[in-house]
Amino acid sequence: MSDRGVIAVEGFNPPIPKRRSEPAPSVIESVPNPINGFFEWFGSFGIFSWQVFKAAVTPPYEWRELIRQLDEVGSKSFPLVALAGAAIGVIISLEARYSLTRFGAKSMFPSTLVYSVIQVMGPIITGLIVCGRVGAGIGAELASMKVSEQIDAIEASAINPYRLLAATRILACILMLPLLTLAADASGLLTGWFAQSLVEPLSFHQFIASGFKGATFNAFLPQTFKTAVYGLIIGLIACFQGMRTRGGAEGVGRAATNSVVLGSLFLILADVVLVKFILVVFP
Amino acid sequence: MATAYDIAMKEAEPEQEGRAPVVVVENLRKTFGIHNVLNGINLSVNRGETLAVLGRSGTGKSVLLRLIIGLETPDSGSIRIHGQNIAGLALDRMGEIRKKMGFLFQHAALYDSLTVAENVAFPLVHHRKDMSGSERGERVKQLLAEVGMEGSLAKMPSDISGGMQKRVGLARALALEPEILLLDEPTAGLDPISSGEIDDLILKLQLERQMASIVVTHDLHSARTIANSLALLDQGNVVIEGTFEDLQESGIEFVKEFLKQS
Repeated sequence: MSDRGVIAVEGFNPPIPKRRSEPAPSVIESVPNPINGFFEWFGSFGIFSWQVFKAAVTPPYEWRELIRQLDEVGSKSFPLVALAGAAIGVIISLEARYSLTRFGAKSMFPSTLVYSVIQVMGPIITGLIVCGRVGAGIGAELASMKVSEQIDAIEASAINPYRLLAATRILACILMLPLLTLAADASGLLTGWFAQSLVEPLSFHQFIASGFKGATFNAFLPQTFKTAVYGLIIGLIACFQGMRTRGGAEGVGRAATNSVVLGSLFLILADVVLVKFILVVFP
Repeated sequence: MATAYDIAMKEAEPEQEGRAPVVVVENLRKTFGIHNVLNGINLSVNRGETLAVLGRSGTGKSVLLRLIIGLETPDSGSIRIHGQNIAGLALDRMGEIRKKMGFLFQHAALYDSLTVAENVAFPLVHHRKDMSGSERGERVKQLLAEVGMEGSLAKMPSDISGGMQKRVGLARALALEPEILLLDEPTAGLDPISSGEIDDLILKLQLERQMASIVVTHDLHSARTIANSLALLDQGNVVIEGTFEDLQESGIEFVKEFLKQS
């Protein structure tokens, strides 16, 4: 270009060659193949997860964004999670009292409530609530950034979007899920005791002492901290769905929906594996 | 009659000696699915020069810019930035090269949750850790003043017009003092007055900073104003590359038709 002359460009002078004739797509190629799509999704998800992992463990670390995301995932999910935990506490209290009374095991009520809330309902309800609120939020936010080229702009500014956008959100989900689960558990136990004490007066101290009698840390800690895995699943899937979005508003909507649907599905499947794993490792 | 650009270039003439290519694109090919977008493109841009890439919609002009900044990966061929081939570089290594490049997106791509000032400060916050908050603030004001947006520091991108968004996008692209500036349709969708203002602004910045620039545009008038040379793309090939006069004198039918319709 520096000589400022007309450059005879290969392929034009002599005239531009016609585009390489492309073979017409075969019937197999032209029909959307769900099996290919399935493997393509998992392949892309694996590559994405590896990119995020690499970005997360190498400096520079995005502390400021991580703190913002901890607030976004943790503090802002707290009221919803506490409310859901409270509702679960009341429901279990009502159902358990009826069943235990029928079988003459009313004295088992505190431990039934404690074990039901902390081991089963608290973690899964927290996971699903956070998946709905945070998963949809992350999916929609990143998808919107993707379709408006904001993620490309971040990359063009020499900033790794996997580090800034994905790693921070996923890490926030991992760190906050166990804490939110504790909040849901506490809320559920409180309302469960309250519902019970309205029918049959029982001090909170007595309720806790009876509920946790003979319990070890192994009975509760693995169940609470397994939610870190839920956080990983929620964050990874939402970030992946958001950052691979194509299309405009429809693509954004689809990313948000898929983040919640796939996140919930994988969360429940993971719970099956984790429950078995915990039973084997922490008998 | 000599244009403002001709006068400016004459004044800048002595600095042009000894310039080496900053961006060199060789035999670049890119395919999306079954569509060949670029069919072996060769281009180069020297320091202080502006190349305008023209062509019909869908001829791969924007893809060329995205390849140069590494947002897409070429199928074959090479893109050399200061002699280093960037094709296939890892994200973090590519980041080091991108710090020398500024990119103005077609729709500005401002971060919609940040104010105008925060948008411009964004690259500085991440790459100029040595700057204090007040130094960064001053730099942002200076950059926004350069693009005539000093009065909109606290506004959100949604509160300003398309032309203003492009100005802010340009200020953000200039934040790290790039050696290479890539502009994707800087005047698209703007009224003639705003287009002229953006052209003047690019020309002014170009003369002051002596960057190597590549401008993708449909706007022949704008290309003629801001570029030293023009490259016309069709069906993934460079049909002609030269000055505006070279294009006017060309006997190639497509070039004649393009100039006639523009």
